[in-house]
Amino acid sequence: MTSEVLVIDDLNKVFSAPTGNVVALEHIQLKVQQGEFITIIGPSGCGKSTLLKIVAGIDTEYEGSVTLHGKPIEGPSIEKGFIFQEPRLFPWLTVEKNIAANLSLKNPEVRKKVDELIELVRLQGFEQSYPRELSGGMAQRVAIARALLRNPDVLLLDEPFGALDAFTRSHLQEVLLDIWQKNRTTMLFVTHDLDEAVFLGQRVIIMNPRPGHIRNILPIGLPFPRKRASHSFQELRHIVLKEFEKVEEPLLDQGAGI
Amino acid sequence: MLEARIENTATSPSIKRKKQRQRRGLSIQITNAMLGVLLPVVLITIWEIAGVMGALNPILLPAPSMILQEFINLSASGELASHLGISAWRALLGFLLGGGLGLAAGIWVGFSIKTERLLDPSLQMLRTLPHLALAPLFILWFGFGETSKILLIAKGSFFPMYVNTFLGIRSVDGKLFDVARVLHFTKWQLISKLIVPASLPNIFLGVRLSIGVAWLGLVVAEMMGSTSGVGFMINDARSFSLTTVVFVGIIVFAVVGKLTDSLVKLLEKRLLRWQDSFKGGGF
Repeated sequence: MTSEVLVIDDLNKVFSAPTGNVVALEHIQLKVQQGEFITIIGPSGCGKSTLLKIVAGIDTEYEGSVTLHGKPIEGPSIEKGFIFQEPRLFPWLTVEKNIAANLSLKNPEVRKKVDELIELVRLQGFEQSYPRELSGGMAQRVAIARALLRNPDVLLLDEPFGALDAFTRSHLQEVLLDIWQKNRTTMLFVTHDLDEAVFLGQRVIIMNPRPGHIRNILPIGLPFPRKRASHSFQELRHIVLKEFEKVEEPLLDQGAGI
Repeated sequence: MLEARIENTATSPSIKRKKQRQRRGLSIQITNAMLGVLLPVVLITIWEIAGVMGALNPILLPAPSMILQEFINLSASGELASHLGISAWRALLGFLLGGGLGLAAGIWVGFSIKTERLLDPSLQMLRTLPHLALAPLFILWFGFGETSKILLIAKGSFFPMYVNTFLGIRSVDGKLFDVARVLHFTKWQLISKLIVPASLPNIFLGVRLSIGVAWLGLVVAEMMGSTSGVGFMINDARSFSLTTVVFVGIIVFAVVGKLTDSLVKLLEKRLLRWQDSFKGGGF
Protein backbone atom coordinates (compact mmCIF):
# COMPACT_ATOMS: atom_id res chain seq x y z
CA MET A 1 0.00 0.00 0.00
CA THR A 2 2.75 2.44 0.95
CA SER A 3 4.67 1.70 -2.22
CA GLU A 4 1.95 3.23 -4.37
CA VAL A 5 3.21 6.66 -5.28
CA LEU A 6 0.54 7.73 -7.75
CA VAL A 7 -3.10 6.70 -7.70
CA ILE A 8 -5.56 7.77 -10.38
CA ASP A 9 -9.15 6.86 -9.60
CA ASP A 10 -12.04 7.34 -12.01
CA LEU A 11 -10.48 10.32 -13.77
CA ASN A 12 -12.67 12.09 -16.31
CA LYS A 13 -11.81 15.13 -18.36
CA VAL A 14 -14.07 17.05 -20.71
CA PHE A 15 -12.94 19.87 -22.99
CA SER A 16 -15.74 22.28 -23.69
CA ALA A 17 -15.63 23.65 -27.18
CA PRO A 18 -18.09 25.92 -29.01
CA THR A 19 -18.98 22.99 -31.25
CA GLY A 20 -19.81 20.78 -28.30
CA ASN A 21 -18.05 19.01 -25.48
CA VAL A 22 -15.23 16.59 -26.22
CA VAL A 23 -14.57 13.81 -23.74
CA ALA A 24 -10.79 13.70 -23.56
CA LEU A 25 -10.45 11.14 -20.78
CA GLU A 26 -13.01 8.68 -19.51
CA HIS A 27 -12.81 6.57 -16.39
CA ILE A 28 -9.04 6.34 -16.07
CA GLN A 29 -7.88 3.95 -13.34
CA LEU A 30 -4.20 3.57 -12.63
CA LYS A 31 -1.96 2.75 -9.70
CA VAL A 32 1.75 3.39 -10.09
CA GLN A 33 4.24 1.74 -7.74
CA GLN A 34 7.25 3.53 -6.32
CA GLY A 35 10.16 3.29 -8.76
CA GLU A 36 8.07 1.86 -11.56
CA PHE A 37 8.70 2.65 -15.23
CA ILE A 38 5.38 3.06 -17.04
CA THR A 39 5.05 3.82 -20.73
CA ILE A 40 1.81 5.11 -22.19
CA ILE A 41 1.16 4.55 -25.87
CA GLY A 42 -1.74 5.42 -28.11
CA PRO A 43 -2.69 7.22 -31.32
CA SER A 44 -2.90 11.01 -31.37
CA GLY A 45 -6.02 12.31 -29.70
CA CYS A 46 -6.23 9.47 -27.17
CA GLY A 47 -5.63 11.89 -24.31
CA LYS A 48 -2.24 10.58 -23.23
CA SER A 49 -0.71 14.04 -23.08
CA THR A 50 -3.77 15.37 -21.29
CA LEU A 51 -3.40 12.63 -18.69
CA LEU A 52 0.22 13.58 -18.16
CA LYS A 53 -0.61 17.28 -17.83
CA ILE A 54 -3.22 16.48 -15.18
CA VAL A 55 -0.69 14.46 -13.19
CA ALA A 56 1.80 17.30 -13.59
CA GLY A 57 -0.72 19.74 -12.20
CA ILE A 58 -0.56 21.94 -15.30
CA ASP A 59 -4.19 21.08 -16.03
CA THR A 60 -6.30 21.15 -12.89
CA GLU A 61 -9.80 21.00 -14.33
CA TYR A 62 -10.90 17.39 -14.12
CA GLU A 63 -13.28 15.07 -12.32
CA GLY A 64 -12.19 12.16 -10.19
CA SER A 65 -9.20 11.80 -7.97
CA VAL A 66 -5.49 11.95 -8.71
CA THR A 67 -3.25 11.59 -5.69
CA LEU A 68 0.50 11.66 -5.23
CA HIS A 69 1.57 10.09 -1.92
CA GLY A 70 -2.08 10.16 -0.92
CA LYS A 71 -2.40 13.92 -1.44
CA PRO A 72 -4.60 15.27 -4.26
CA ILE A 73 -2.72 17.12 -7.02
CA GLU A 74 -3.67 20.77 -6.99
CA GLY A 75 -1.02 22.38 -9.15
CA PRO A 76 2.54 22.07 -10.40
CA SER A 77 5.13 21.22 -7.78
CA ILE A 78 8.75 20.17 -7.76
CA GLU A 79 7.74 16.64 -6.72
CA LYS A 80 6.64 16.14 -10.31
CA GLY A 81 9.32 16.63 -12.90
CA PHE A 82 8.04 17.33 -16.39
CA ILE A 83 9.87 16.90 -19.66
CA PHE A 84 8.28 18.36 -22.75
CA GLN A 85 8.59 17.14 -26.30
CA GLU A 86 10.93 20.05 -27.02
CA PRO A 87 13.76 20.83 -24.59
CA ARG A 88 12.35 24.29 -23.83
CA LEU A 89 15.61 25.64 -22.46
CA PHE A 90 16.11 29.29 -21.59
CA PRO A 91 18.17 30.52 -24.56
CA TRP A 92 19.93 33.21 -22.53
CA LEU A 93 21.33 30.78 -19.97
CA THR A 94 24.30 28.44 -20.28
CA VAL A 95 23.82 24.70 -19.85
CA GLU A 96 24.64 24.68 -16.15
CA LYS A 97 22.50 27.74 -15.48
CA ASN A 98 19.63 26.19 -17.41
CA ILE A 99 19.81 23.13 -15.18
CA ALA A 100 19.86 25.31 -12.08
CA ALA A 101 17.20 27.68 -13.53
CA ASN A 102 15.63 29.32 -10.48
CA LEU A 103 18.11 27.75 -8.06
CA SER A 104 21.43 29.46 -7.40
CA LEU A 105 24.67 27.83 -8.49
CA LYS A 106 26.34 29.76 -5.67
CA ASN A 107 24.68 27.35 -3.28
CA PRO A 108 27.36 24.63 -2.88
CA GLU A 109 24.71 21.92 -2.64
CA VAL A 110 23.11 22.94 -5.93
CA ARG A 111 26.54 23.33 -7.52
CA LYS A 112 27.52 19.81 -6.51
CA LYS A 113 24.28 18.26 -7.74
CA VAL A 114 24.41 20.13 -11.05
CA ASP A 115 27.94 18.84 -11.63
CA GLU A 116 26.81 15.31 -10.83
CA LEU A 117 23.85 15.59 -13.17
CA ILE A 118 25.98 16.96 -15.99
CA GLU A 119 28.07 13.83 -15.62
CA LEU A 120 24.97 11.64 -15.43
CA VAL A 121 23.54 12.99 -18.69
CA ARG A 122 27.03 12.97 -20.24
CA LEU A 123 27.42 16.67 -20.95
CA GLN A 124 30.86 17.33 -19.43
CA GLY A 125 32.66 20.08 -21.31
CA PHE A 126 29.44 21.81 -22.32
CA GLU A 127 28.64 23.48 -18.99
CA GLN A 128 29.25 26.96 -20.42
CA SER A 129 27.61 26.40 -23.80
CA TYR A 130 24.44 28.19 -24.81
CA PRO A 131 21.41 26.21 -26.05
CA ARG A 132 21.95 27.38 -29.64
CA GLU A 133 25.27 25.54 -29.63
CA LEU A 134 23.71 22.22 -28.67
CA SER A 135 22.24 19.46 -30.81
CA GLY A 136 18.65 18.38 -30.23
CA GLY A 137 19.68 15.34 -28.23
CA MET A 138 22.06 17.34 -26.04
CA ALA A 139 19.42 19.97 -25.37
CA GLN A 140 16.94 17.29 -24.32
CA ARG A 141 19.54 15.85 -21.93
CA VAL A 142 19.86 19.30 -20.35
CA ALA A 143 16.08 19.32 -19.90
CA ILE A 144 16.26 15.91 -18.22
CA ALA A 145 19.01 17.10 -15.88
CA ARG A 146 16.96 20.20 -15.08
CA ALA A 147 14.01 18.05 -14.05
CA LEU A 148 16.18 15.65 -12.04
CA LEU A 149 17.87 18.42 -10.05
CA ARG A 150 14.60 18.96 -8.18
CA ASN A 151 14.64 15.32 -7.00
CA PRO A 152 11.15 14.57 -8.31
CA ASP A 153 9.17 11.65 -6.89
CA VAL A 154 7.82 11.04 -10.33
CA LEU A 155 9.21 12.10 -13.70
CA LEU A 156 6.62 12.79 -16.39
CA LEU A 157 7.86 12.63 -19.95
CA ASP A 158 5.68 13.78 -22.83
CA GLU A 159 7.09 12.19 -26.01
CA PRO A 160 10.52 13.52 -25.04
CA PHE A 161 12.45 11.83 -27.83
CA GLY A 162 9.76 12.15 -30.51
CA ALA A 163 11.56 14.86 -32.47
CA LEU A 164 14.97 13.18 -32.47
CA ASP A 165 16.59 10.93 -35.06
CA ALA A 166 16.69 7.18 -34.46
CA PHE A 167 20.30 7.03 -33.27
CA THR A 168 20.00 9.89 -30.82
CA ARG A 169 16.71 8.47 -29.62
CA SER A 170 18.06 5.02 -28.78
CA HIS A 171 21.07 6.64 -27.12
CA LEU A 172 18.84 8.80 -24.94
CA GLN A 173 16.65 5.82 -24.09
CA GLU A 174 19.75 4.17 -22.68
CA VAL A 175 20.71 7.34 -20.80
CA LEU A 176 17.23 7.44 -19.31
CA LEU A 177 17.32 3.79 -18.25
CA ASP A 178 20.71 4.43 -16.72
CA ILE A 179 19.28 7.32 -14.70
CA TRP A 180 16.26 5.28 -13.69
CA GLN A 181 18.40 2.39 -12.46
CA LYS A 182 20.64 4.75 -10.49
CA ASN A 183 17.96 7.01 -9.00
CA ARG A 184 14.88 4.75 -9.01
CA THR A 185 12.69 7.68 -9.98
CA THR A 186 9.15 6.68 -10.90
CA MET A 187 8.71 7.30 -14.62
CA LEU A 188 5.55 8.03 -16.58
CA PHE A 189 6.61 8.08 -20.20
CA VAL A 190 4.22 9.00 -23.02
CA THR A 191 5.22 7.91 -26.51
CA HIS A 192 3.80 7.05 -29.88
CA ASP A 193 6.73 4.76 -30.65
CA LEU A 194 5.93 1.10 -30.06
CA ASP A 195 9.56 0.00 -29.80
CA GLU A 196 10.27 2.72 -27.28
CA ALA A 197 7.28 1.68 -25.16
CA VAL A 198 8.37 -1.95 -25.01
CA PHE A 199 12.06 -1.13 -24.61
CA LEU A 200 11.57 1.15 -21.60
CA GLY A 201 8.39 0.17 -19.80
CA GLN A 202 7.79 -2.36 -17.07
CA ARG A 203 4.16 -1.87 -17.92
CA VAL A 204 2.83 -0.58 -21.22
CA ILE A 205 -0.48 1.25 -21.03
CA ILE A 206 -2.37 1.21 -24.31
CA MET A 207 -4.83 4.04 -24.74
CA ASN A 208 -7.72 4.37 -27.12
CA PRO A 209 -9.23 7.64 -28.40
CA ARG A 210 -12.77 8.99 -28.64
CA PRO A 211 -13.24 9.07 -25.74
CA GLY A 212 -9.73 8.65 -24.39
CA HIS A 213 -9.53 5.65 -22.12
CA ILE A 214 -7.15 2.85 -21.11
CA ARG A 215 -7.63 -0.08 -23.42
CA ASN A 216 -5.18 -2.46 -21.85
CA ILE A 217 -2.22 -2.61 -19.50
CA LEU A 218 0.49 -5.06 -20.51
CA PRO A 219 3.29 -6.06 -18.13
CA ILE A 220 6.67 -6.37 -19.86
CA GLY A 221 8.59 -8.92 -17.82
CA LEU A 222 11.89 -8.67 -19.69
CA PRO A 223 14.97 -7.94 -17.59
CA PHE A 224 17.07 -4.84 -18.25
CA PRO A 225 19.10 -4.17 -20.31
CA ARG A 226 16.80 -5.30 -23.05
CA LYS A 227 17.97 -6.40 -26.45
CA ARG A 228 15.78 -5.18 -29.27
CA ALA A 229 16.86 -8.01 -31.55
CA SER A 230 16.14 -10.74 -29.00
CA HIS A 231 13.37 -13.20 -29.67
CA SER A 232 11.45 -12.43 -26.46
CA PHE A 233 11.56 -8.67 -27.18
CA GLN A 234 10.16 -9.17 -30.65
CA GLU A 235 7.48 -11.48 -29.29
CA LEU A 236 6.34 -8.92 -26.73
CA ARG A 237 6.50 -6.18 -29.31
CA HIS A 238 4.24 -8.29 -31.46
CA ILE A 239 1.73 -8.71 -28.64
CA VAL A 240 1.62 -4.95 -28.05
CA LEU A 241 1.30 -4.36 -31.77
CA LYS A 242 -1.65 -6.74 -31.89
CA GLU A 243 -3.32 -4.93 -29.00
CA PHE A 244 -2.66 -1.71 -30.82
CA GLU A 245 -4.28 -3.01 -33.95
CA LYS A 246 -7.35 -4.00 -31.99
CA VAL A 247 -7.53 -0.38 -30.94
CA GLU A 248 -7.22 0.88 -34.49
CA GLU A 249 -9.65 -1.46 -36.23
CA PRO A 250 -12.98 -0.48 -34.69
CA LEU A 251 -11.99 3.11 -35.24
CA LEU A 252 -11.48 2.58 -38.92
CA ASP A 253 -14.80 0.76 -39.07
CA GLN A 254 -16.48 3.83 -37.69
CA GLY A 255 -14.73 5.92 -40.28
CA ALA A 256 -13.12 7.94 -37.53
CA GLY A 257 -9.54 7.44 -38.63
CA ILE A 258 -6.90 9.97 -37.83
CA MET B 1 30.44 37.36 -37.79
CA LEU B 2 30.62 33.91 -39.25
CA GLU B 3 34.17 33.49 -37.99
CA ALA B 4 33.15 34.40 -34.47
CA ARG B 5 30.31 31.91 -34.55
CA ILE B 6 32.49 29.08 -35.66
CA GLU B 7 34.84 29.77 -32.78
CA ASN B 8 31.95 29.79 -30.35
CA THR B 9 31.00 26.21 -31.08
CA ALA B 10 31.91 23.76 -28.42
CA THR B 11 34.52 21.80 -30.36
CA SER B 12 37.66 23.87 -30.07
CA PRO B 13 40.00 23.84 -33.07
CA SER B 14 43.76 23.64 -32.72
CA ILE B 15 45.53 26.76 -31.53
CA LYS B 16 47.35 27.34 -34.77
CA ARG B 17 44.20 27.34 -36.81
CA LYS B 18 42.56 29.54 -34.25
CA LYS B 19 45.32 32.12 -34.63
CA GLN B 20 44.99 32.03 -38.38
CA ARG B 21 41.30 32.57 -38.02
CA GLN B 22 41.82 35.49 -35.66
CA ARG B 23 44.17 37.12 -38.16
CA ARG B 24 41.68 36.53 -40.93
CA GLY B 25 38.88 37.82 -38.71
CA LEU B 26 40.85 41.00 -38.05
CA SER B 27 41.52 41.64 -41.73
CA ILE B 28 37.82 41.11 -42.44
CA GLN B 29 36.99 43.66 -39.75
CA ILE B 30 39.36 46.18 -41.31
CA THR B 31 37.88 45.58 -44.76
CA ASN B 32 34.36 46.04 -43.38
CA ALA B 33 35.36 49.32 -41.71
CA MET B 34 37.02 50.54 -44.94
CA LEU B 35 33.88 49.72 -46.86
CA GLY B 36 31.86 51.87 -44.45
CA VAL B 37 34.04 54.99 -44.87
CA LEU B 38 34.47 54.65 -48.62
CA LEU B 39 31.33 56.55 -49.63
CA PRO B 40 31.78 59.53 -47.24
CA VAL B 41 35.44 59.91 -48.20
CA VAL B 42 34.64 60.02 -51.91
CA LEU B 43 31.80 62.51 -51.39
CA ILE B 44 33.89 64.81 -49.17
CA THR B 45 36.76 64.77 -51.67
CA ILE B 46 34.45 65.81 -54.54
CA TRP B 47 32.89 68.47 -52.32
CA GLU B 48 36.31 69.89 -51.33
CA ILE B 49 37.53 69.99 -54.93
CA ALA B 50 34.32 71.78 -56.01
CA GLY B 51 34.74 74.27 -53.15
CA VAL B 52 38.38 75.03 -53.93
CA MET B 53 37.52 75.55 -57.61
CA GLY B 54 34.94 78.13 -56.55
CA ALA B 55 31.96 76.18 -57.87
CA LEU B 56 30.10 76.49 -54.55
CA ASN B 57 28.71 79.53 -52.77
CA PRO B 58 30.59 79.53 -49.42
CA ILE B 59 27.54 81.00 -47.61
CA LEU B 60 25.34 78.12 -48.68
CA LEU B 61 27.84 75.29 -48.86
CA PRO B 62 31.28 75.99 -47.39
CA ALA B 63 34.09 73.61 -48.32
CA PRO B 64 34.98 70.82 -45.85
CA SER B 65 38.33 72.46 -45.08
CA MET B 66 36.52 75.65 -43.94
CA ILE B 67 34.20 73.62 -41.75
CA LEU B 68 37.19 71.83 -40.26
CA GLN B 69 38.86 75.18 -39.56
CA GLU B 70 35.69 76.39 -37.82
CA PHE B 71 35.61 73.18 -35.79
CA ILE B 72 39.20 73.76 -34.65
CA ASN B 73 38.42 77.38 -33.72
CA LEU B 74 35.29 76.48 -31.78
CA SER B 75 37.09 73.65 -29.98
CA ALA B 76 40.07 75.83 -29.10
CA SER B 77 37.87 78.56 -27.61
CA GLY B 78 36.04 75.95 -25.52
CA GLU B 79 32.73 77.17 -26.90
CA LEU B 80 31.89 73.88 -28.56
CA ALA B 81 32.72 71.79 -25.49
CA SER B 82 30.54 73.91 -23.21
CA HIS B 83 27.58 73.82 -25.63
CA LEU B 84 27.98 70.09 -26.15
CA GLY B 85 28.28 69.47 -22.42
CA ILE B 86 25.02 71.30 -21.73
CA SER B 87 23.25 69.51 -24.59
CA ALA B 88 24.48 66.09 -23.52
CA TRP B 89 23.39 66.74 -19.95
CA ARG B 90 19.89 67.73 -21.09
CA ALA B 91 19.62 64.73 -23.40
CA LEU B 92 20.79 62.39 -20.66
CA LEU B 93 18.36 63.74 -18.06
CA GLY B 94 15.48 63.71 -20.53
CA PHE B 95 16.31 60.22 -21.68
CA LEU B 96 16.63 58.86 -18.14
CA LEU B 97 13.33 60.41 -17.13
CA GLY B 98 11.38 59.48 -20.28
CA GLY B 99 13.06 56.15 -20.89
CA GLY B 100 12.75 55.12 -17.24
CA LEU B 101 9.05 55.96 -17.18
CA GLY B 102 8.60 54.25 -20.55
CA LEU B 103 10.24 51.09 -19.24
CA ALA B 104 8.06 51.10 -16.13
CA ALA B 105 4.89 51.78 -18.11
CA GLY B 106 5.80 49.12 -20.68
CA ILE B 107 6.31 46.51 -17.99
CA TRP B 108 3.14 47.49 -16.18
CA VAL B 109 0.95 47.55 -19.28
CA GLY B 110 2.67 44.45 -20.68
CA PHE B 111 1.82 42.47 -17.59
CA SER B 112 -1.86 43.13 -17.39
CA ILE B 113 -4.48 43.16 -20.07
CA LYS B 114 -6.61 45.39 -17.82
CA THR B 115 -3.92 48.06 -17.59
CA GLU B 116 -3.46 47.77 -21.33
CA ARG B 117 -7.13 48.51 -21.92
CA LEU B 118 -7.00 51.39 -19.47
CA LEU B 119 -3.78 53.12 -20.51
CA ASP B 120 -2.73 52.07 -23.98
CA PRO B 121 -5.33 54.00 -26.04
CA SER B 122 -4.49 57.28 -24.30
CA LEU B 123 -0.74 56.70 -24.54
CA GLN B 124 -0.99 55.87 -28.23
CA MET B 125 -2.88 59.11 -28.78
CA LEU B 126 -0.22 61.14 -26.97
CA ARG B 127 2.48 59.38 -28.95
CA THR B 128 1.36 60.93 -32.21
CA LEU B 129 1.68 64.53 -30.92
CA PRO B 130 4.67 66.24 -32.58
CA HIS B 131 7.33 68.02 -30.54
CA LEU B 132 6.83 71.29 -32.35
CA ALA B 133 3.15 71.35 -31.48
CA LEU B 134 3.83 70.76 -27.81
CA ALA B 135 6.90 72.96 -27.37
CA PRO B 136 4.96 76.28 -27.04
CA LEU B 137 2.68 74.70 -24.45
CA PHE B 138 5.62 73.36 -22.45
CA ILE B 139 7.28 76.79 -22.49
CA LEU B 140 4.02 78.35 -21.39
CA TRP B 141 3.69 75.92 -18.51
CA PHE B 142 7.26 75.50 -17.38
CA GLY B 143 8.96 78.64 -18.67
CA PHE B 144 12.13 78.95 -20.70
CA GLY B 145 14.25 77.16 -18.11
CA GLU B 146 15.64 73.68 -18.10
CA THR B 147 12.39 72.02 -16.97
CA SER B 148 10.50 72.56 -20.21
CA LYS B 149 13.45 71.34 -22.27
CA ILE B 150 14.04 68.21 -20.27
CA LEU B 151 10.35 67.40 -20.20
CA LEU B 152 10.11 67.79 -23.96
CA ILE B 153 13.03 65.39 -24.42
CA ALA B 154 11.52 63.01 -21.88
CA LYS B 155 8.20 63.07 -23.74
CA GLY B 156 9.99 62.00 -26.89
CA SER B 157 12.06 59.22 -25.37
CA PHE B 158 9.16 57.81 -23.36
CA PHE B 159 7.32 56.27 -26.30
CA PRO B 160 9.94 54.14 -28.10
CA MET B 161 10.84 52.67 -24.73
CA TYR B 162 7.22 52.07 -23.78
CA VAL B 163 6.19 50.48 -27.07
CA ASN B 164 9.20 48.18 -27.31
CA THR B 165 9.15 47.05 -23.69
CA PHE B 166 5.47 46.25 -24.02
CA LEU B 167 6.11 44.33 -27.23
CA GLY B 168 9.02 42.45 -25.65
CA ILE B 169 6.95 41.29 -22.72
CA ARG B 170 4.08 40.21 -24.91
CA SER B 171 6.34 38.18 -27.17
CA VAL B 172 7.80 35.97 -24.43
CA ASP B 173 7.43 32.34 -25.51
CA GLY B 174 4.35 30.88 -23.82
CA LYS B 175 6.03 27.48 -23.72
CA LEU B 176 8.69 28.85 -21.40
CA PHE B 177 5.94 30.05 -19.08
CA ASP B 178 4.85 26.41 -18.76
CA VAL B 179 8.42 25.47 -17.87
CA ALA B 180 8.49 28.20 -15.24
CA ARG B 181 5.25 26.84 -13.77
CA VAL B 182 6.53 23.28 -13.69
CA LEU B 183 9.79 24.41 -12.05
CA HIS B 184 7.79 26.41 -9.51
CA PHE B 185 9.16 29.88 -10.19
CA THR B 186 8.02 32.52 -7.72
CA LYS B 187 6.39 35.63 -9.13
CA TRP B 188 9.64 37.56 -8.71
CA GLN B 189 11.63 34.80 -10.44
CA LEU B 190 9.11 34.84 -13.26
CA ILE B 191 9.91 38.52 -13.83
CA SER B 192 13.66 38.46 -13.23
CA LYS B 193 14.51 35.07 -14.72
CA LEU B 194 12.05 34.81 -17.59
CA ILE B 195 10.26 37.98 -18.63
CA VAL B 196 13.08 40.51 -18.36
CA PRO B 197 15.76 38.42 -20.09
CA ALA B 198 13.32 37.32 -22.78
CA SER B 199 12.27 40.88 -23.56
CA LEU B 200 15.80 42.29 -23.33
CA PRO B 201 16.31 42.40 -27.13
CA ASN B 202 13.22 44.59 -27.47
CA ILE B 203 14.19 46.72 -24.48
CA PHE B 204 17.56 47.39 -26.09
CA LEU B 205 15.89 48.41 -29.30
CA GLY B 206 13.76 50.76 -27.20
CA VAL B 207 16.87 52.26 -25.61
CA ARG B 208 18.48 52.91 -28.97
CA LEU B 209 15.38 54.49 -30.47
CA SER B 210 14.79 56.50 -27.31
CA ILE B 211 18.30 57.96 -27.38
CA GLY B 212 17.78 58.88 -31.02
CA VAL B 213 14.53 60.64 -30.22
CA ALA B 214 16.14 62.35 -27.23
CA TRP B 215 18.66 64.05 -29.56
CA LEU B 216 15.83 65.00 -31.88
CA GLY B 217 13.84 66.55 -29.05
CA LEU B 218 16.94 68.32 -27.81
CA VAL B 219 17.36 70.29 -31.02
CA VAL B 220 13.73 71.36 -30.98
CA ALA B 221 14.00 72.34 -27.32
CA GLU B 222 17.20 74.30 -27.80
CA MET B 223 16.05 76.09 -30.90
CA MET B 224 12.89 77.31 -29.15
CA GLY B 225 14.41 79.92 -26.89
CA SER B 226 17.62 78.94 -25.27
CA THR B 227 20.98 80.57 -24.64
CA SER B 228 23.15 77.48 -24.60
CA GLY B 229 23.57 74.07 -26.17
CA VAL B 230 24.48 72.85 -29.64
CA GLY B 231 20.93 73.51 -30.86
CA PHE B 232 21.24 77.14 -29.75
CA MET B 233 24.66 77.35 -31.38
CA ILE B 234 23.22 76.25 -34.72
CA ASN B 235 20.23 78.58 -34.48
CA ASP B 236 22.38 81.52 -33.43
CA ALA B 237 24.86 80.94 -36.28
CA ARG B 238 22.02 80.72 -38.78
CA SER B 239 20.81 84.22 -37.94
CA PHE B 240 24.34 85.51 -38.61
CA SER B 241 24.73 83.37 -41.74
CA LEU B 242 27.70 81.55 -40.19
CA THR B 243 27.11 78.44 -42.26
CA THR B 244 30.35 76.78 -41.14
CA VAL B 245 29.16 76.85 -37.51
CA VAL B 246 25.82 75.36 -38.57
CA PHE B 247 27.71 72.55 -40.26
CA VAL B 248 29.93 71.96 -37.24
CA GLY B 249 26.82 71.73 -35.05
CA ILE B 250 25.13 69.27 -37.39
CA ILE B 251 28.23 67.10 -37.64
CA VAL B 252 28.67 67.12 -33.88
CA PHE B 253 25.08 65.94 -33.49
CA ALA B 254 25.62 63.18 -36.02
CA VAL B 255 28.89 61.98 -34.50
CA VAL B 256 27.71 62.05 -30.89
CA GLY B 257 24.46 60.35 -31.89
CA LYS B 258 26.31 57.61 -33.71
CA LEU B 259 28.77 57.14 -30.82
CA THR B 260 26.05 56.72 -28.22
CA ASP B 261 24.24 54.31 -30.50
CA SER B 262 27.43 52.27 -30.97
CA LEU B 263 27.93 52.21 -27.22
CA VAL B 264 24.47 50.79 -26.63
CA LYS B 265 24.99 48.32 -29.47
CA LEU B 266 28.22 47.14 -27.87
CA LEU B 267 26.43 46.61 -24.58
CA GLU B 268 23.64 44.83 -26.43
CA LYS B 269 26.09 42.50 -28.13
CA ARG B 270 27.63 41.53 -24.81
CA LEU B 271 24.35 40.95 -23.03
CA LEU B 272 22.61 39.19 -25.91
CA ARG B 273 25.39 36.76 -26.80
CA TRP B 274 22.89 33.92 -26.44
CA GLN B 275 20.77 35.05 -29.37
CA ASP B 276 20.58 32.73 -32.32
CA SER B 277 19.18 34.88 -35.05
CA PHE B 278 20.01 35.72 -38.64
CA LYS B 279 23.05 37.96 -38.72
CA GLY B 280 22.92 38.99 -42.35
CA GLY B 281 25.53 36.63 -43.77
CA GLY B 282 25.17 35.05 -47.19
CA PHE B 283 23.61 37.93 -49.10
